[in-house]
This record gives sequence, C-alpha cells and structure tokens, in this order.
Amino acid sequence: MTVSVQPEAKLSKQEPLVNDFSIEVATVNGSGSQSANNILMRAIFQMGIPVSGKNLFPSNIAGLPTWFTIRANHNGYIARKADSEIVIAMNPETLQADVQKLRPGAVLIYNSDLKVTVDRDDLTVLAVPFGKLATEACSEVKLRKLVTNMVYVGVVAQILGIDMAEVEKAVQRQFKGKEKAVELNLGAVKVGAAWAQENVSAAIPYRLERMDATKGKIIIEGNRAAAIGCLFGGCTVVAWYPITPSSSLCENLIGYLSKHRVKDGKASFAVVQAEDELASAGMVVGAGWAGARAMTATSGPGISLMAEFVGYAYFTEIPGVFFDVQRTGPSTGLPTRTMQGDLLSLHTLSHGDTRHPVLIPGTPQEAYEDAMHSFDLAERLQTPVFVAMDLDLGMNNWMTEPFTYPEKGFDRGKVLDAEALDQVAEFARYQEVDGDGIPYRTLPGTPHPKAAYFTRGSGHDAHARYSERPEDYTFIVDRLARKLYMARVMVPQPVVDWRDAEITLLAYGTSDAAVLEARDQLAEQGIATNYVRVRALPLHPDVHDRIAQSSRVYVVDQNRDGQMLELLRLDLYADQITKLRSIRHYNGLPLDALTVTKGVLEMENA
Amino acid sequence: MASQAPVTNSIGLALNDYKGAVSTLCAGCGHDAITGQIVRAFFQRGVDPQRVAKFSGIGCSSKTPAYFLNRAHGINSVHGRMPSVATGALLANRELIGIGVSGDGDTASIGMGQFVHMVRRNVPLIYIIENNGVYGLTKGQFSATADMGSTLKTGVVNDLPPVDLCSLAIELGASFVARSFSGDPKQLAALLEAAIAHKGTAVLDVISPCVTFNNHEGSTKSYTYAKQHEIPLHEIGFVPAYEAIETDYEPGETQIVEMHDGSKITLKKLERDYDPSDRLGALTTLRQTRDEGLFLTGLFYVNPEQEDFTTMLKLHETPLAHLQEEALRPGPEVLSAIMQGLA
Repeated sequence: MTVSVQPEAKLSKQEPLVNDFSIEVATVNGSGSQSANNILMRAIFQMGIPVSGKNLFPSNIAGLPTWFTIRANHNGYIARKADSEIVIAMNPETLQADVQKLRPGAVLIYNSDLKVTVDRDDLTVLAVPFGKLATEACSEVKLRKLVTNMVYVGVVAQILGIDMAEVEKAVQRQFKGKEKAVELNLGAVKVGAAWAQENVSAAIPYRLERMDATKGKIIIEGNRAAAIGCLFGGCTVVAWYPITPSSSLCENLIGYLSKHRVKDGKASFAVVQAEDELASAGMVVGAGWAGARAMTATSGPGISLMAEFVGYAYFTEIPGVFFDVQRTGPSTGLPTRTMQGDLLSLHTLSHGDTRHPVLIPGTPQEAYEDAMHSFDLAERLQTPVFVAMDLDLGMNNWMTEPFTYPEKGFDRGKVLDAEALDQVAEFARYQEVDGDGIPYRTLPGTPHPKAAYFTRGSGHDAHARYSERPEDYTFIVDRLARKLYMARVMVPQPVVDWRDAEITLLAYGTSDAAVLEARDQLAEQGIATNYVRVRALPLHPDVHDRIAQSSRVYVVDQNRDGQMLELLRLDLYADQITKLRSIRHYNGLPLDALTVTKGVLEMENA
Repeated sequence: MASQAPVTNSIGLALNDYKGAVSTLCAGCGHDAITGQIVRAFFQRGVDPQRVAKFSGIGCSSKTPAYFLNRAHGINSVHGRMPSVATGALLANRELIGIGVSGDGDTASIGMGQFVHMVRRNVPLIYIIENNGVYGLTKGQFSATADMGSTLKTGVVNDLPPVDLCSLAIELGASFVARSFSGDPKQLAALLEAAIAHKGTAVLDVISPCVTFNNHEGSTKSYTYAKQHEIPLHEIGFVPAYEAIETDYEPGETQIVEMHDGSKITLKKLERDYDPSDRLGALTTLRQTRDEGLFLTGLFYVNPEQEDFTTMLKLHETPLAHLQEEALRPGPEVLSAIMQGLA
C-alpha cells in the first residue's frame, strides 16, 4: 500500500493556494533582516491569518547564513514545515542550495545583482534589482543595506496580496516612536511594491486573503512568556549567566522587574549576573534557603555545571527554580538549534539517588503558567524544580491567546515563623510530620530560640544533626522518595484528547504543534488517534492509565535516544512497555508534522 | 578580689549562648582557637545570634560553623562555592548578619572564582579563611597557599608559589582585608569585632596551624614558625560606638578608623608607619614583607564607606524573603497592558 502524505501537493495551476504556505528568507547573519521578517509576519497576523515565525540561525554574530521562515496557515497550524513555497534568497553563499531544494511550482525571489543563473524551469523566478531599488529608496549609503531588506517586504506584500495598510501598521509598530526610521523603511517597502507591480507579470500561485482567526491573539516568544510568569509568580532573586538560548528569558524578566517591581526607588527583587552557572545555582540555593523565590535560567552546558548544587538542594531540601531552555547537545553542540535533549539528565541530575520535578511547557501560555507554578511547587516540595523549555519555544514567535491573570494565590509551603514555633512542641527540620514526605522548615533570621538548625549536604538525621547512622540515612532518602511520589499529582496533568482510538500519540513540549497537525494528516488517511501530551515529570498517574487504554503508543521525542521513551520504560509495568513505539527527530530543526505522520504510517503499515 | 567578667552582654545573653556543638577537629587545631574568638567577639558585640547566618564550604574549616552560635541558622554548602550561597541568602534577607568560614583549599583553589567575585561585589559578609597551607580532611596534600620550599610531613617540597589571598583581595577592590594568627587571640578578637562592624566583605586570612599534617619543621604554617616570624603591623583595638575613646593616645602614634555603625578601630603604631586606607601602599608592603620572608599580620586595608552589594541593588527595606503576594504580584492591569503590547 502506498500512502501519499503530501496534503499540500494539491496545487492547481489555475487557482492560487490561499493562506497555506511558507515563506523562507535566506540572508546573511547580522544583515538586519530581523525587522523586515517581523514586519512581514506581523502584517499577515494583522490580516487575521494564523501565522508563525521561526528563526533558524547560526552560532555567529555576523557573516554566516541564516534563515527565517514564516508560515501562514488557515487551519492554524504553527509547526515548522519542512519546505517552503516562497523563498527570498538574499545570500549568495547559499543561493544555489536554496534554489535546488525548492519544490516545483515554488516562487523564487532573488537579488539580480548577484549575477547567477537559475537553471530551473519549474519555478516562478523573480529577479529583483535590490541594489538599484535600495538606492532609489535611500540616499544614505550606510543605511542602504538595512533598507534592502524592506524592499523584499514590499515585493512579497505586492505579489501575495498583503494589505499595504497592515504593512504600514507593522512598520510603525517595529520602529515605534522613531519617525525617521518609519519613513525610511516604509519608503523602501513602497519602492519594492511598486517594482513588483510594474515588473511581475507571471501568475503567482500563492495568495494571502483576509481572515478573522487572529483577533485578540498575541505573538510572543516562550522566553518572554516565562519571564512574565516569573514576574507574576513573585520571583525575588534572579541569578543568571548568559547562555543561548536562555539569555532572553532573564533579560526580559529584568526588564519587567525594573518596570513593575520598583517602588519609591526600592526594588522588590535582586538580580545578579553571576560569574558562572555554578555561582548562579549557588545563589538560587542560598536565596531559597533564606526564604526567597529564586530562579535561574540556563541551557544544557549550564545544567551540567549546576549538577552538584542541584543534588545538594535536593538532599538538604531547598527550593529553587531552574529553567533549561534546551539546545542541541552534547557539549557546545549546535548552540542555536533546538532539541529536547536534557530530559533524562534534568530528571535525575547529580550523583546518588536524585529525582527532580520537571515541568514541560509546550506553548507560551504553558511557559507562563509553569513559570508561575514552579515557585509554588518548589516551596511546597522544598526541592529544586526544573522548567524544561527548548530553543524553539523560547526564541521563536508563537501566536497564542493572551494570558489570563492567575486565580490562585501563592503557596509558600511549610514554613514555621516565630509565632508558629510557639505552638509546636518541637521543631525538627527533617522530620516526617504530615505523612506526605514534606518536612517543615524555618528561615534564617527567625527570632525564636527553636528556629535555628544546621544545613549540611552530609548525612543528617531528622533533627538536622550530623549522622552517618544507616537508619538515619535511609529515613531521609526514603522520605525524599515519598515526596517525589506525592509530586506526581501536584505537577500539571497531561493534556489529553481521547478518541477511543487504538493508537495514541504521546508527545511533550514543542512537539505539540507538529503532532496536532500530524493527527489531522493521519485522520485524512483514515487513522484515528488519541493524543496524550505529558506536561511534567514525575509522570502523572493519568499517563499510565491512558497507556493502559491504548493498543499502540507512539512516543514522539526530539532527541536521538528517545528520552521520554526511556523514562516511560522505567515507570511502566512490563506488559505496557511492549506497546511503546518511538518517533525521533533530532537534526537541530524544530519538529514538523510530516515526520510524525510518516513515522506512524511506516510502523502501522510495516 | 578581682572583679568578675560580666555574666551577660548588652542584650542579656551569656557567653554560653554563643557556643555551638562540640568540635570534632583534632585536639590543638588552630581552627578551634578561631571558633573560640568568634564566640567571644559576637558575645562582646552583643549581636543577637538569631540574626546571624553562618556559611561554609567544604573542608576542616568549613565544619566549624557547627561549633559556634548554635542559635543561628547555618549552611555547610558545597566545596568552594560558599560565596554564591552567602550572596543569595544575604540578598534574600538583607537583615541577616553573615559570617562565612572557609579554608585555603576551599578559597584559593576550588573556590578561587567565587572568592574573587564575592570580593568584587562587596557582599556584606565576614569571610574568614582558616589558612593552614594543607588539605586536612583528605590527609595532608599541599594547598595553593603553601609557601614555595615548604615541605610536607613526608618531605615532599612545594615547588609552586603561594596565592596571597590578602594581596589578591586588595587588588580586587576589597573593602576590608586583614591577616591574623590563631595563636594571637588578642589581635584576632579585635579584628573580628571590627569585621562585625564592617558593612561589606571583610576578608580575614587567619593562619591556623594544622597540628596533624602541617605543624612540623619545614612547614611555614606551623605554630613555631608563625610565632617566630609574626610581625604585627600595629596594635589593634576596637571601641564600640557606645564607649568613649580613651584619650591617652599620642598624636601620630595611633590611627583611628571610624566604622559605619559609629564604632572605631584603633591602630597603634609599632615599628613602621602604615596607612590602611592606602590600597597601593598596602600592596607594596605585603609584597615587600613576603619577599623578606616575614609573616605580617594586621589590618591591611579598610574602607568603611565603600558601598556594599545590597545597598548597590537598592533593595526594599523589608527583606525579599519576607515580601508576600501583595508586594510581589502586580495587578491584572499590568498583565493586560503587557498583553496589549503583544497583540
């Protein structure tokens, strides 16, 4: 049986494809194309058409090739699409390769100044004299390079039918308050549009038409969403060390804190750019010990350095929030590419028996909610809590509903203040009191003779005294295991769409967008699927139940080794494990729907 | 009959209220002598032990916070990383009085990076290095402060130059740098009281002989060597804010440093003229005496006016750890404004 899995191949020569294609801009890193791409994306968004933008950039400040893809889709699909229908090839270095990978029928816009020949006759080719047009739009030589990018915005807007009023609005938004920049860039857009109007005679097989599907929505990067969550989650100590792709999380947070949490010149927060990730983790631990809501954000290499402190905080029961915006590893790896590569290491980070809660947002909305919730969870459980994001979520542009204000207040956990200490017969820091594995703590500085205790990473008994007695050690670590068991129902529940199908797709994090689209593709092939999206570790009991109700479970991982699959194997009974099948994507690019669809079909038809 | 020492201090506590658990270090360890002086200094200054937070890294020295001030919270953290833990805790609660105890291995080797950056930030912390030139807990390897040419018990000679933590701290812009000797209780007591009065990082490098692994002939961190070679820069006194300064000091013979809280450090001249507010002069003196093989002690540099890290960050008067939801979660109008900006 052969199965066609190219739903977008239904291209007709006569009818242009409306609101369902991708635009790819190939440029040189550092050439200032970001503003142009944002304007293009925003203008489409403002036309009410669902849109997403992904920046596929190199680890480099200037000079290396970079691509930006904008996907417009009337169904609201926002995953990366493996190929693009319209390519704007501005980079001479990659031009031939960019041309070769184009699908038949695609539109190629390239710089005619580049003196190259395009030897394909199955494309619509627009050779645009960018140099000449930029000169026309801008008399200042210095600014011409930047303005060149705005010329392609004009060309694309004209040939695809983007409303020029929306482009104008997007330009004004981009250069807010800088009148000269608005005027200059808008001028360049118009020059591009005029050129296209006069010179493009070929029928363009793609068009954008107004819809009403983006009203009330926002466009946001996951790192910004998480920063907003930290702001409203009451974070007071931020200790960080810059690392791609996490830096913008802390940078955004610093911006929000400075704006919204300074009163009469006094800050209700402290930010430290630490000397390394060892120190940022140490500051989080110190601040958590003293009772503050502290966070850090890093990526894989930083997580490796934090391992010792995380084990320490686990054993000494100190709260802290650790964001990991994952990138492609191991080692320096592909630092500007995405991966769900740290799942196993986050869950078990450090030596000895250690297990940590890991929240896994799949959307900006969830990044916001998880960021807020992580502080409650860390203080309730008195343990380090990870929020596992990835570069795709953290740094790319996502269309989403606006965030809602939290209904629930803070949960500061089991803290005994001086008044509470008066009420208790005894305070023993590591004692099991309530049967939930979670002890009580006091904060340094508490004015009460019962308050003080000594925190140590070496063996300790229920009273926080130094101890190497076997029974004291097992008492502590068994209670810690109990605590993590309790955490299964305190972390977010899986997101489930249950159709009573035999097949279940199980995914997590940013695989969501691709899986949602893949389910529709599979449905078109007559294959119904259930969907379980894991939201956290330890695995919620509902994940077990859903697997038990399925015949076959396709586990989607964005890593080579199937790290979620491995975790499920550790957690499931033997008779359930045989149901698991693995779909893995690990080339540094965000997951696309066809990879999932093809993976399921191949195994279903095998 | 001689008058007895007061049983209680200015806040009504006895010396015993400042003690900790019984030390498990070797009998005669220099660290225990320092612990004794810490207990005494906090008692003398009438510091509420419940406001103190004790910090340490890993090593023999880092065990000692369990042996003093058992009414204070303490955290025996990770090897070489105590400065970051202390930084986090002191930012979380600016009302805490922080004291950290580290060793030469913990500070000058594994923890060098964190030491450097703590000093740069002027984190308000008394930072004591119990310096014996040797790794005790792992049984007698050289540390990075061991002098060139000094020997281990086994006869192994140290071929590498030592890290001088005082010079380094002064170079980094430290606001309080002193060196003392665990066998010089009077000087150590005065320096500790001064360090308590200081707002900023107070680096106290205290030579503290390891009786088990580094107290032999050939060691430059032994009791005998230190006693024979110690050259105090000045005679140090500490005068609390509520006490009037004695007037019998001869002008030019005694310098007086006024601390932030109104207390005063008195530095009575001994053999040489010395100005503890002269950073360059301090570096030169330290270098020269080191080259001469002298073991110089005293208050090398002090600047009570240097802004500490919590002041620099313009923190809220209420400790961050005590701020609750009303102060920390902006209202719904803030969220809608942010959302509108992204629409």
